[in-house]
Amino acid sequence: MSTVESHASHEHHFAHHFKSADHEFLTSKQGIWLFMVTEILMFGGLFVAYFIFHHIYPGMFAEGAKSLDWRMGFGNTLVLIFSSFTMALGIHQIQKGHNKKAVLSLALTILCGAIFMVVKYFEYTHKFHLGLYPGKYLDVAKVGAEHANLGMYFGFYYLMSGMHGLHVLIGMALIAWVLFRTMRGDFHSHYYTPVEGVGIFWHIIDLIWIFLFPLLYLVG
Amino acid sequence: MAATTHHHNPDVNYINEFKGIGSWLTSLDHKRIGLMYMISVLTFFLFGGIAALGIRLELFSPGQTVMTADQYNQFMTYHGAIMVFMVIVPGIPAILGNFFLPIHVGAKDVAFPRLNLLSWYVFMVGALMGIATLFMHKVDTGWTFYTPYSIKTSGAATMMVVAAFIMGMSSILTGLNFIATVHKLRCPGMTMYRMPLFVWAIYSTAILQLLATPVLGITLLLLAAERILGVGIFDPALGGDPVLFQHFFWFYSHPAVYIMILPAMGVVSELIAAFSRKTIFGYTAIAYSSLGIAAVSFFVWGHHMYVSGQSETAGIVFSFLTMLVGVPTAIKMFNWLATLYRGSISFQSPMLFALGFLFLFMIGGVTGIMLATLAVDVHFHDTYFVVAHFHYVMVGGTLMALMGGFYYWFPKMFGKMYNEGLARVTFVFIFIGFNVTFFPQFILGAMGMPRRYFDYIPAYESLNKISTVGSWLIGIGFLISLYVIIDGLLRGKKAPANPWGAKTLEWQVPSPPPHTNFHHDPVVTAGPYEYR
Repeated sequence: MSTVESHASHEHHFAHHFKSADHEFLTSKQGIWLFMVTEILMFGGLFVAYFIFHHIYPGMFAEGAKSLDWRMGFGNTLVLIFSSFTMALGIHQIQKGHNKKAVLSLALTILCGAIFMVVKYFEYTHKFHLGLYPGKYLDVAKVGAEHANLGMYFGFYYLMSGMHGLHVLIGMALIAWVLFRTMRGDFHSHYYTPVEGVGIFWHIIDLIWIFLFPLLYLVG
Repeated sequence: MAATTHHHNPDVNYINEFKGIGSWLTSLDHKRIGLMYMISVLTFFLFGGIAALGIRLELFSPGQTVMTADQYNQFMTYHGAIMVFMVIVPGIPAILGNFFLPIHVGAKDVAFPRLNLLSWYVFMVGALMGIATLFMHKVDTGWTFYTPYSIKTSGAATMMVVAAFIMGMSSILTGLNFIATVHKLRCPGMTMYRMPLFVWAIYSTAILQLLATPVLGITLLLLAAERILGVGIFDPALGGDPVLFQHFFWFYSHPAVYIMILPAMGVVSELIAAFSRKTIFGYTAIAYSSLGIAAVSFFVWGHHMYVSGQSETAGIVFSFLTMLVGVPTAIKMFNWLATLYRGSISFQSPMLFALGFLFLFMIGGVTGIMLATLAVDVHFHDTYFVVAHFHYVMVGGTLMALMGGFYYWFPKMFGKMYNEGLARVTFVFIFIGFNVTFFPQFILGAMGMPRRYFDYIPAYESLNKISTVGSWLIGIGFLISLYVIIDGLLRGKKAPANPWGAKTLEWQVPSPPPHTNFHHDPVVTAGPYEYR
């Protein structure tokens, strides 16, 4: 409807129901934060279920965590923390009007996401190779598990890391979208709302991983 | 779009400014999106209503009559799932809230119009997925999807659960939009305490939608994972806990009960003030009691599980907390009654529904206190007493308010008046039919008739017959309402801008409103109910 996109002009045309570009920016930012609340609550449900069953079966969770390679998880944690830095840098550079530098920062952020996903891919395929499937597909006798319900741990592992991985993929797609628009010249020091919104999303996804890493890899 | 702001052609409004089905399906106008929700929700209401009539028809006599036990379970499931997820939860917020919340706060639209349109599409995808299960192996779990049965059933429960998840996403996006609109888009002079109480109610509801629905989402995904992967979280055979599902489910679904009733309370506040022609009594108390109900609602879920094996201490705590809900609810009730006192009351059809709401919701609320009482609930649990209680709240409360709201705002939405005499007839049918249907169920429940069963012993027969006859009266009432709506749309007189003489902002603009709601940016200098 109204023009949200403006091409290389420094006058951003805000939507008709806002008073000013600033009004639009603050409202959009509040919307993003409200959405982040729902993301945290959704993962919160998974965390609660995790804590309940970890409390009941600490040994089973320890056995499951032992079959994960903490170095992979730790490396991925560093990659994501670095990507949060490049994301924040990208927003800062657009605010300062250095769009070319911002393109590089955003591209680095996508690269970090890709490294994270490639590592996850190797972790997953390795688990499948060992027969460490979730739930009923985990053959306890074949993998020689001590705990009969080890499948529950891997249920949590695949659900939590899979849900997180899905968000990383969505985040990468969103960053690619704002990267494209930055190159096209849509953003400038007076208008960068989508970049900031995507940035908030990316930081929250990183934050969730920082909780997932010790819960899945280091527990026991 | 700019046309209306330059020269105010009084014949141009949001309905006729743009033409063609495409202009509706891509419209970002909150009013048009509200109408699109209205058409879809009314269609689903028809489905859910037919399922309800089917249930009552089977229960007309003991034994198998018109359907098998399995078919009965399916009818019961679709009645519940459709009415909850597709009718009552989206009902008032997505239809009336979408249409009137922005106008009430003096805004040209909701904060995120594109997100608003997206939430309608998301809702439709979820709803159609749910309906599509009718052509697969029909679901027979009841709308609550209790484990372990929902893990084992051969019905298309996975698809239904994913459908509910998707509709939940739509509900989240709507709530998010309303919160940002209330925070950021109020016009000059529109302080929080000058907002109509309808806005306060929708705002409180939106907070619940935002905070509770994600938990339902993850619960339903866990259930889907349980069915597909056999993770064992809810399966006792694998060391899981089926009661955990109930905890998770009611952590959303009890707040969802208030997602269903709070908007109705908002509508009733508008109706009572407008038709008593009097400043509402205790504005701040009504506004904050909405937030109060929203806050307490997160800590009462355990009252669904008194007999599910939770600890006695937990039961006592939940019992106490549940009774606490009665306090803000009673505050509203007394304030509405005090508003009526010495008001210039006119009994037009919207007001009849508002008064009907007061009677029925009173009964629904007080029986809720009875059920909150631990010892009493052990007897009433899973009997028809519970069925009667929540129908008094959801139908006697929410649906009565929705009907009253429809009639009240019909002239504004469509610019036409409806047949007032016939509208009053619909009230008589629905109000009497409702009581004939559900009051006997209190007695049946007290006599011990369990809910959800397809058969009963002969001692329950006469009351069940009365109840079924009542369901026909309700059906006739809604058929007449459908006629009133169509007749009003086709042959209704042109509506003036303010047929009821009400004070809120929507009545200060033409009927139907122009595309941008206001010809001039509004500036508010007084409260919403300054009648005298």
